[in-house]
Amino acid sequence: MTTTHPTTLDVPLELDRTESAAARRARLSTGALMLVLGALMAWLGFGTSGDASYALSDAFAAVQLPTVALPGLPVVLVCALLTLLAGAGFVSGRLWGRAKASAATIAAAAIVLGFVTWAAAGRPFSFPVQNQLAGTIALATPLVLGALCGVLCENAGVVNVAIEGQFLTAAFTAATVGSVTRSITAALVAGVIAGVLMGAMLALFSIKYLVDQVVLGVVLNLFASGLTGFVFDQLVQPNSTELNRVPPISRLEIPLLSDIPLIGPVLFNQTILVYLAFVSVPVVWFLLYRTRWGLRVRSVGEHPEAADTVGINVRAVRWQAVLAGGVFAGLGGSFFTIGSSVSFIKDITVGNGFIALAALIMGRWHPVRAALMAVFFGFVTQLASQLQTLQTPMPSQFLLMLPYLATIIAVAGLIGRSRAPKADGVPYTG
Amino acid sequence: MNHTSGGLQLAGITKRFGSFTAVDSVDLEVRPGEIHCLLGENGAGKSTLMNVLYGLLKPDEGQIVIDGSPQNFTNPRQAMAAGIGMVHQHFMLVDPFTVAENLMLGREGGFVLAKDAARQRVRELGERYTMPVDPDAVIEDLPVGVQQRVEILKALANDAQYLVFDEPTAVLTPQEIDDLMAVMDRLRSEGRAIVFITHKLREVRAVADRITVMRRGRIVGQAAPTASEAELAEMMVGRAIDLRVAKEAAAPGEPRLVVTGLKVANTAGGIVVDGVDFDVRAGETLCIAGVQGNGQSELVDALLGNVTPLEGTVTLDGTDITRATPRQTIDAGMGFVPEDREADGFVAPFTIAENLVLNRSNQAPFAHGLALDLAEIDRNAVALREEFDIRAQSVHDPISSLSGGNKQKVVLARELSRPLSVLIASQPTRGVDVGAIEFLHRRIVSERDKGTAVLLVSTELDEVEALADRVLVMYRGRVVGIVSPDTPREVLGLMMAGVPLEDAQGAPRPGKEENHG
Amino acid sequence: MAEEPADDARRAALRDRGRRWATTAGSILLALLVGAVLMIVSDPDVISQYAYLFTAPQLALGASWTKVAGAYSALLAGAVGSPAALAATAWQAAPLIAAGLGVGIAFRAGLFNIGAQGQAIWGSIAAAYVGFAWSLPPVVHLLVAVVAGVLFGAVWGGIVGLIKAKTGAHEVIVTIMMNFIAASSLAWLLLTPAFLRPGRIDPLAPPIQPSAAFPVIYGQLHVGFLVALVAAAIVWWLMERSTIGFAIRAVGSNASAAATAGMNVAGTTMVTMAISGALAGLAGVMYALGPGANAVATPLSLGLVGSVGFDALTVALLGRSRPVGTVLAGLLFGGLHSGGLAMQSLAQTPLTLSTVLQALIVLFVAAPAIVSALIPKVRAPRRPALVGGEA
Repeated sequence: MTTTHPTTLDVPLELDRTESAAARRARLSTGALMLVLGALMAWLGFGTSGDASYALSDAFAAVQLPTVALPGLPVVLVCALLTLLAGAGFVSGRLWGRAKASAATIAAAAIVLGFVTWAAAGRPFSFPVQNQLAGTIALATPLVLGALCGVLCENAGVVNVAIEGQFLTAAFTAATVGSVTRSITAALVAGVIAGVLMGAMLALFSIKYLVDQVVLGVVLNLFASGLTGFVFDQLVQPNSTELNRVPPISRLEIPLLSDIPLIGPVLFNQTILVYLAFVSVPVVWFLLYRTRWGLRVRSVGEHPEAADTVGINVRAVRWQAVLAGGVFAGLGGSFFTIGSSVSFIKDITVGNGFIALAALIMGRWHPVRAALMAVFFGFVTQLASQLQTLQTPMPSQFLLMLPYLATIIAVAGLIGRSRAPKADGVPYTG
Repeated sequence: MNHTSGGLQLAGITKRFGSFTAVDSVDLEVRPGEIHCLLGENGAGKSTLMNVLYGLLKPDEGQIVIDGSPQNFTNPRQAMAAGIGMVHQHFMLVDPFTVAENLMLGREGGFVLAKDAARQRVRELGERYTMPVDPDAVIEDLPVGVQQRVEILKALANDAQYLVFDEPTAVLTPQEIDDLMAVMDRLRSEGRAIVFITHKLREVRAVADRITVMRRGRIVGQAAPTASEAELAEMMVGRAIDLRVAKEAAAPGEPRLVVTGLKVANTAGGIVVDGVDFDVRAGETLCIAGVQGNGQSELVDALLGNVTPLEGTVTLDGTDITRATPRQTIDAGMGFVPEDREADGFVAPFTIAENLVLNRSNQAPFAHGLALDLAEIDRNAVALREEFDIRAQSVHDPISSLSGGNKQKVVLARELSRPLSVLIASQPTRGVDVGAIEFLHRRIVSERDKGTAVLLVSTELDEVEALADRVLVMYRGRVVGIVSPDTPREVLGLMMAGVPLEDAQGAPRPGKEENHG
Repeated sequence: MAEEPADDARRAALRDRGRRWATTAGSILLALLVGAVLMIVSDPDVISQYAYLFTAPQLALGASWTKVAGAYSALLAGAVGSPAALAATAWQAAPLIAAGLGVGIAFRAGLFNIGAQGQAIWGSIAAAYVGFAWSLPPVVHLLVAVVAGVLFGAVWGGIVGLIKAKTGAHEVIVTIMMNFIAASSLAWLLLTPAFLRPGRIDPLAPPIQPSAAFPVIYGQLHVGFLVALVAAAIVWWLMERSTIGFAIRAVGSNASAAATAGMNVAGTTMVTMAISGALAGLAGVMYALGPGANAVATPLSLGLVGSVGFDALTVALLGRSRPVGTVLAGLLFGGLHSGGLAMQSLAQTPLTLSTVLQALIVLFVAAPAIVSALIPKVRAPRRPALVGGEA
């Protein structure tokens, strides 16, 4: 804390401090995790032979980048060593502040590079870097949007386990409306409306009728699955040529930027939904932390009574936040059909809403961190399918479990403090 | 009622919750430039009345008149606009927000937050009322005294002419209370009106211009600040009460609970009990006095076994219980009346009978193997209801249907219904009506006389004086001194602020009464 | 001293009970109404008749009536219309009751076991594996398979309890993630040699041996249903008459007071989640070992347990976490499922309508104020809360 007023007496009660049990547990378990992974990598590394080749551009790129070959054994071993060092630093407790953060970053990078190199070394195919990045973006887009929905709801104190249901109804509505109107815009608007309507159900039952929000979320997911499934079976499936022929979505190429080798085509030759997702992150951040509305949203999520006593209508603000969240969930859901030019099938969102929820928690209820986590989950999932095509010895199901495992480790406080808004999930009855 | 005069009038305010009338046709007048004390026991309806005034509750009957114009508040915004400000007992501050953010909440101005302007405003307000605070400090990092300052500034930022202070002294050190009194004095001299809600007689007499006493939702009378404490107490309770507890001098025996060098950290890693030594002997009551939040709760938690101490030892009748679990300390003969009854004392939806066996539910005679003995549990409950005069229709009613005093009797009955080596009672009479207080105090004294070592934690000096055989004063996790209960209050007060006994005895006596005639 | 129970309190409790029944009945009615509207608006043949609503209203209304009446009568017939239908309902209800009991126990300890799905998956994996891979004498084989499934469910649930007790992590998030891990594990296992059928590479395990299947009583009714009822009775005794239940209820209502009274909160949390997981595992066992319509149990595959974990949540909610209520709710939703199958084949109305009805019933029950607003005669009970220790 910096005291700008030299005359103030308001020095916090300075207590002698010992490392709190939670912080100690987090430090030790992070370190132990690094040591285990580092050791595993070293053990795997000695069995590595041959080079791992990384193809930096695909065959159709305008500017062809070279394929980089990394020698498997040394790269894996160096990565293992870095990870082990970082782990030792954590366990010994000698690292503080910035050094600790850098060590964690280095270890994370080393773990990814080391394992991919191990997996790709000596294989007949090179690892397609651009594919990896493009796939990451595609998988992360709905996750980012879903996580933003969760950020808005939960910062206002409404737990949203129903992102999955919002996704599903939006995916269905967007696909159907898009098929009938042949208009992407109309489809997206319809998807957003569907997301907002599901949000309205969440708001109605949780804010007005005080139904437990976790239970409500689960039931709403069931409802969404049943509703879309029923209408699909009864109406859409028999008339799929009219009702389930999704119009193709075009890519918008941003001049100049899209010509940057490697990242240009990945980041700047995308569909409107991808751009929307990544623009939404700073927008939500700005809304939450720099505007009157955001201040009020966060206050009703932390201390609704305090908000009430300064004349803020707690229920109204919560309604607004949940409905606003519905916009993002609607866009995210639309991505599964309209955004990917894919026809609707039942339960097309396959649990992505829950991964968005996981990203939200891993990102500690902060829009930017949650978005980064969503990108990370997208990266891992894409990696899993890439490695499958590389025919690595590791079953891809294990990599697919990684986001879930990571989330459990995170909520268990093993890699750091995780604090929800104080009134998250608590209905306001005052 | 004369509507033409200035000031604030509450006329015939009634507020009901279901069949319960919390506030019953109350008339109250508050004039600019006065401190008007609203005195009453917990549950007398003071806070409900003020919540009506602040627009948080809608009255069923009655009217609020401010400066001659009738008001009809439906939300706090309207009350604030009419010049009413409130300093809440439980601060209405958003913990992870900064001071500036808390002050701008609800009156942010434009859509985009003007944070610099807000910081500037905090500094101006702080200077104007000589209550400086750092606008960028995060609330949860500030000590409670400063948090309260922010809460007061929040009301003043609105230029409130009528300020309600709801039990503002409960969490403050004696020094902070003096500071607060000075602030209230200054606000009064500016011509603002203050409603000061409290149940502490001493404070009332120190600052009040006028005193209104409430009991069971009604105004039972007015008093002058010159009224004696006994008179005020009688008005508050409705009958003459004896604040002293009749007890024989202690006949201390062998030390039963011995604590040496105890160090305890809170969940955030702060060391809140820092090398505490004391013992409690058979047949004596040791009181731990101190302002709330100086490590008493954590000390008690560590003794019970809810928290494992970092260092030090605790022995009970010679057995080391430093690292024992609550189950083990209970079985070793430790009785415990927790500070927060609702949170730690009982399970609200459980019946009275179930709560009476809460800590022995898996032991004979209440259980055989895995099976509960419901008949025995009932028999126990009926007997204890009789013995402890628990006012309940049936022992099968949920405990939540009882009054605060009767709930506490259930807790005490449970603890005293088995042979104890030591009884630890934390704030045993907080939020309890006076009738029950007398009963609870008597039972605690008789337990002491049976040879049990009694450790009493209290922030109320009245209670300390009434029950203690020795007084241990705690400040910031350390023992300031162990003194006799006859020690003058001023000395105890200074010790509670961390001044060692010798210095406290030498210090000039602060006379608050003299400041406010 | 004679006990004089408070007459007022007793009367209020009785009135509340009546209101709860009325609310539940009202919720079912409202859900059926919403379902009817959904059927009408999503059927192009019916909706096309609404073009003539003002000229020939009988066409639109007649078509709607035919559609709705046809579907619902098929639903009713499929659920309770014949001994065979009742047996099918019992088949559907058995796992719902078992898993519902598990979720309900967790509720009463103040825990949300959203992970019944994953626990049921592990239960089905273990039971099926023992069922097809091991060869044991008849009765022993069944017992070992059941115990294996229950044990795996208990372990999968117990892990959550352990994480919760040791680190304070919220069980909702952990169980959701554990569900995915269980599903991924199943997907992986089905591709390993131990679970592949000889000569096949598709993710479908070998059929279980007949010695491991639940014996059939009548039609689809098998011994597993009786096991579910016995489980309900055991859960009742455990919760109302045992020290374990006392601790579970105390921890669920006020963990802090329970800890202060010497109860082991972490241990109780773990035990509760393990029991809860065991019951969900039992539900998985029912799917793995319960003979279906063709008197043969379905082999282990990706979707074997369906969405039993989430259905169980609705069952526990509707049954107010009490064993008797859970059995009744399980039968109701079991009937919806078996009736839904009949509705699909006889009235060409998709089975998914059952899911919609199920979700709507629970939504309405959870918000009795809506029911009393729409059906004026129904008054909301005083304490509508569906979740929590002693609610």
